[in-house]
Amino acid sequence: MHNIKRTFIYIILSIFTIISIFPFIWMIVSATNKSVDVTGGRLLPGTHLAENFRNLLNVVDLVPALTNSAIISITTTVLSLIIASLAGYGFEIYRSKAKDVVFTILLVSMMIPFAALMIPLFRMFGTISQIAPGIGIDTLTSAMLPSITTAFLIFFFRQNTKMFPRELLEAGRIDGLTELGVFFRIFVPTMKTTYAAAAIITFMASWNNYLWPLVVLQSPENHTIPLLISNLGSSAAPDFGIIMTTIVIATLPTALIFFLLQRHFVAGMMGSVK
Amino acid sequence: MIQATTKQSIQPKSRKYNNKLRFKNGLIGWSFITIATVMICLFYFYPMAQALILSFQSGAGSNLQFVGFDNYIRLFTDPTFIAAVKNTVIYLIIQVPIMIILALLISVLLNDKKLKLKGFFRTAIFLPCITSLVAYSVVFKYLFGSDGIINQMLINVSLISEPIQWLTDPFWAKVTIIIAITWRWTGYNMIFYLSALQNVDNSIYEAAKMDGANAFQQFFKITIPMLKPIILFTSITSTIGTLQLFDEVMNITKGGPGNATLTISQYIYNLSFKYTPDFGYAATVSYAIVIMIVIFSIIQFKVAGDKNA
Repeated sequence: MHNIKRTFIYIILSIFTIISIFPFIWMIVSATNKSVDVTGGRLLPGTHLAENFRNLLNVVDLVPALTNSAIISITTTVLSLIIASLAGYGFEIYRSKAKDVVFTILLVSMMIPFAALMIPLFRMFGTISQIAPGIGIDTLTSAMLPSITTAFLIFFFRQNTKMFPRELLEAGRIDGLTELGVFFRIFVPTMKTTYAAAAIITFMASWNNYLWPLVVLQSPENHTIPLLISNLGSSAAPDFGIIMTTIVIATLPTALIFFLLQRHFVAGMMGSVK
Repeated sequence: MIQATTKQSIQPKSRKYNNKLRFKNGLIGWSFITIATVMICLFYFYPMAQALILSFQSGAGSNLQFVGFDNYIRLFTDPTFIAAVKNTVIYLIIQVPIMIILALLISVLLNDKKLKLKGFFRTAIFLPCITSLVAYSVVFKYLFGSDGIINQMLINVSLISEPIQWLTDPFWAKVTIIIAITWRWTGYNMIFYLSALQNVDNSIYEAAKMDGANAFQQFFKITIPMLKPIILFTSITSTIGTLQLFDEVMNITKGGPGNATLTISQYIYNLSFKYTPDFGYAATVSYAIVIMIVIFSIIQFKVAGDKNA
C-alpha cells in the first residue's frame, strides 16, 4: 500500500518535471536543427548548431542587442542596489514616525500597474528629448531610468537591515566613521549576501524587461534582447533554427546565474515575505 | 514631578545641544532616503497624477482637450475594452486558481522527507522561471502552432485526429495563453509554499494521522490553513501580474484572433502606439486596471479575513 502511494507520487512529480523541461529540450534541440526539421517535429539533436549560429550572426543583430541589454541591465543593477540599499538602511536605522509614513506611501507604488505609467512616462521623456536628447526617447538611459528605483527593492533592503547588528554601527561611530562611512565600510561588506540576492532579482528583471523598452527604444540599433526575440518571433518567414539559437543564447546569462547562485536566487525571491 | 523640574533646570544647555544633534541626525537619516523617494515620486506618483489628468482629456497625439467624464462613459460602450476586460478576468479566475492548486499539490508532494531526487524535481519544476517572458512566449507560439510539435504529438498518440487550432481559434487561443502562464509561474509559487511548509511542525501531521485523518483531510484541514498567509500573498501578486498581462499575449497571439485574447495592458499599448494615438482615452483605460487591482486585492483580503474569524 505504502509503495503504491510512493510510486504514484514519483509518477506525478515526473509528469510535472517533463512538462517543465520539455520546452527547454525542444528549444535546445531545435537550435541544432535546420528550420525544416524543426517544423517537421524532429526531437533529436542535429548537426546544424554551428550553421545556425553563423547564419544568425549574418541575419540578426545579436551582438548589438546583447551589448545594449548588458549595458542597461548592469547599470540598472548597480544604481538600483546603491539607491535602494541607502533608502532601506535609512528607513530602518534612522527610523522615525515621519519616515515610516513616507515608507508606507512609497509601498503604494508597488500596486501601480506599469501600463498606467507608460503613457505619461512616454510623454515625459518626449519633453526631456527637447531639452536633453541624450537622455530622451530612444536612448538607453531612457530605457533604464524608470526601473532603477523600485519600492520592492527598498522594502527588501529594509527587511534585511533589521538583521544587521546595531553593535557594528556603534563600533563604527566610535571609530570615528561618518554616517555614510559606516554605511559603505561596515554595512555593505556585512550584507554581501543581501546584495547578491538583490543583484540577481534586479538583473533578471532588467534583462527580461519588455514593455517599456518596446515603447521607448524605437531605432533597431538600440534594441535589447527581448525586443530582438519578439521581432524574430513575429517575422513573416521565420527560420526556426536561427530563432531557437537566439533564444538559447539569450537565456544563457539568466540560466548561468540561476545554476551558479541558486541559493541567493531563492533568497532574493523570498525576500519579500520574510 | 519635582525631579523633572530639577532635571530641566540643571541641564538646559545639554538639552539644547541634544536637540541640535537630533536635528542633525534627522537630516542625515532623511538624506539616506532622498534619492529613492525623489525617484519613486518622479517615475511613479508624478506619472500617475499625469495619467489621471490625461484621463479627462481626448484628442489625437498631443492635441488634447478636456472632455470631462466622456472617456469614462466611452469605456462602457467600447466593445474592445469590454472584450479586453472579459479576457483578463477569464485569465484571472481560471488561471490563478489552477496555478495555485498545482503549486500547492507539488509542494506538498515535494515536502516528503523520504523523497528521493527531491532537489532534482524542485529545480526542474522551478526552471521555467529563469526564462524571459518574451523568449518563452515565442517558444510556446511555435510549440502550439497548427503544425507544431504539440499537435503532432497529440495526433501521434491518437488523442486527436485533426490539429487543434491553438492560436487561431478564439477558445483554444485563450487555453494556450492559460497553459503558457501556468507553465511559467507554477514553479515560482511552489517555492514560496515549499519554504512555508518547512516551517510547519511535523508533529501536527503526526497527531492528525493518529486521529485517523487521511491525506485529503490533512491537506484541507492542516496544510491550507497553515499556509493561508502565503497563499494570500501569492494570489495577490498573481492577480496583479495577470491584470497587467502583456508580454505573453503580445508574443503568442498578438491579441487575436479578433480580440479573443486581447488584454487591458495590450489595449492600452494599441491605443497609444499602434492606432492613431489617443493618450487621453488610453490613460482612462489604464485607470480601469488600477481600480480592478484595488477591488480584487480588497476581495482577496476579505475572503482570507473572513475565514480567519
